[in-house]
Amino acid sequence: MRFIFKTDYGQDLRLIKHSGHAFWYGLLMLVLLAAPWWAGEYVMTQLQFICIYSIVGFGLMILTGFTGQVSLGHAAFLAVGAYTEALMQAAGVPFVISITCAALFSAALGIIIGLPALRLKGIYLAIATLAFNVIVEEIITRWHRLTGGNEGKHLKPVDLFGWKLESDAEFYYLCLALTVLCCLACINLLRSPTGRAFVAIRDSEISASCMGVNLAWYKTMAFAVSAALTGIGGALYGHKLAFISPEQFTLFQSIELITIVILGGIGFLHGAVLGAAFIIVLPQAISIAKGWLPDAFAPAGLQAVVFGLVLILFIIFEPLGLYGRWLKIRTWFELFPFYRKGMFRRQKSYTKSERVR
Amino acid sequence: MSFFKVENLGIRFGGVVAVDGVGFEVNRGEVYTIIGPNGAGKTTIFNLVGLLYPATSGRIVFEDRELTGLAPHSVAELGIARTFQNIELFEHATVLQNLLIGRHRHRSTSLWQELLFTRAVQRAEVAARGVVEQVIDFLELAKYRDSLVVGLPYGVRKVVELGRALATEPKLLLLDEPSSGLNPEETDDMAFWIEDIKKHLGITVLMVEHDMNLVSRVSDRVLALNLGKVIAQGTPAEVQAHPAVIEAYLGKAA
Repeated sequence: MRFIFKTDYGQDLRLIKHSGHAFWYGLLMLVLLAAPWWAGEYVMTQLQFICIYSIVGFGLMILTGFTGQVSLGHAAFLAVGAYTEALMQAAGVPFVISITCAALFSAALGIIIGLPALRLKGIYLAIATLAFNVIVEEIITRWHRLTGGNEGKHLKPVDLFGWKLESDAEFYYLCLALTVLCCLACINLLRSPTGRAFVAIRDSEISASCMGVNLAWYKTMAFAVSAALTGIGGALYGHKLAFISPEQFTLFQSIELITIVILGGIGFLHGAVLGAAFIIVLPQAISIAKGWLPDAFAPAGLQAVVFGLVLILFIIFEPLGLYGRWLKIRTWFELFPFYRKGMFRRQKSYTKSERVR
Repeated sequence: MSFFKVENLGIRFGGVVAVDGVGFEVNRGEVYTIIGPNGAGKTTIFNLVGLLYPATSGRIVFEDRELTGLAPHSVAELGIARTFQNIELFEHATVLQNLLIGRHRHRSTSLWQELLFTRAVQRAEVAARGVVEQVIDFLELAKYRDSLVVGLPYGVRKVVELGRALATEPKLLLLDEPSSGLNPEETDDMAFWIEDIKKHLGITVLMVEHDMNLVSRVSDRVLALNLGKVIAQGTPAEVQAHPAVIEAYLGKAA
């Protein structure tokens, strides 16, 4: 077990708290940076997708995991990011500007969808965002002149200041760099007053407002930040697929995005990355397993069944997700042999005061 | 100029008049207590002052500023902090984070600065931490600093909530039954703290309380309420001896 002696408050602001942190994150970074040398084409693609989904996961985590607002419509922000990028690239706008616009445009839309969120809660908010998803999907399909409707849009490889990122490795480094930047931005936001206000809203709106947190302002901001990150993810997603059409941004995509945060672990940024990795790897594992199973056990819809089953099992047995499971394992080793079974069990809350709204 | 004044305050929920024409004045630096049997409307008054309910009638004036009509969060910005009868903490955050949220009204940084965690944000964070650590010292919460609230016993949560209110550095502190659910020893600590808050931190306290020992020990003045109406006002001893108060609690002699 490691004991950290704290001598000043600045120490708690450091990102790297001890040498173990530095070692493991450094090692992870090295392995990821060296990926083009150790990974084949196939694994590289998977890594790119994991990066893209991680960025989206961060976005959704800020909204759902930290501010406590459900969204079943995040595929819409993904679509807005992807289409903004596609259209601006076609118009010859440089990548740095177009991806910024993808983020800002998504954020603007996030603010619009955030406004009903001020009045809606829980399941009702889920329904409203779900409707928003359907509306955006429908607009993209119908607005043929702008979006090409069902014929979709093609994207060329990213052009970064005249440097065309055509190879897998180049695009992978772009995704990785943006993932790290987004991750740092999220960490920074969450350890600042704004992030704490988000958590306050998640845990008790009434006492957040009694502490001076402007609920309307911060909820809207959470939607904006979340949508902006998803927009960035969407732009990369578009480039990765090179072809986008409305059927990539349906409700099922939104549910897949929600799955990332739930499987990864609600309320942990690590969870977004783990969840992203999980839902990218799982379909591959399933298709490998399919080859081994007799045909009768491997129907066409196997993937959806497994996804649903995994989600249900996680919600029942590990509500803290993959990251929560990792925390338990780590604690078990740290405290060996003193780990108790109930250590992570969350106590029932005491009676809440009268709910005023 | 009065520090805090409530005039003719009233609210009705449908046919029920929960608070009916209540008026009182709190002077700077005193501990003012509202007592009354269950359902007298004490907490409702707090919720009216916190603007969680819109008052049907009357006005609330804090340092010559009219509160009625403002948004709930601006009450805290003006320097009024409160605790809740049944504890409303941020359960999945640590004690330290809970107290830091108390610093929200003193924040000075913008979203962009925070995304980059600039020097200004770092300085503000260290400063906020400094204030919060003083509160932690004051309330002896040091050993719970990094625990999640969700795992803490009731008595400690009560103190954390007091700490969170103190971290806002309020001018007026509203305490909703600070001793409810506490054992005699914890209640005793609470009484010490309330006295210290008044004497050393110079914060005015408006409190709702049932425990008459605590009330007479710390209060300068007491207001007795029954069925939404003021029935007596004065020093703790005066109010306790007031016939209307005795009647409200014990009923009329046969």
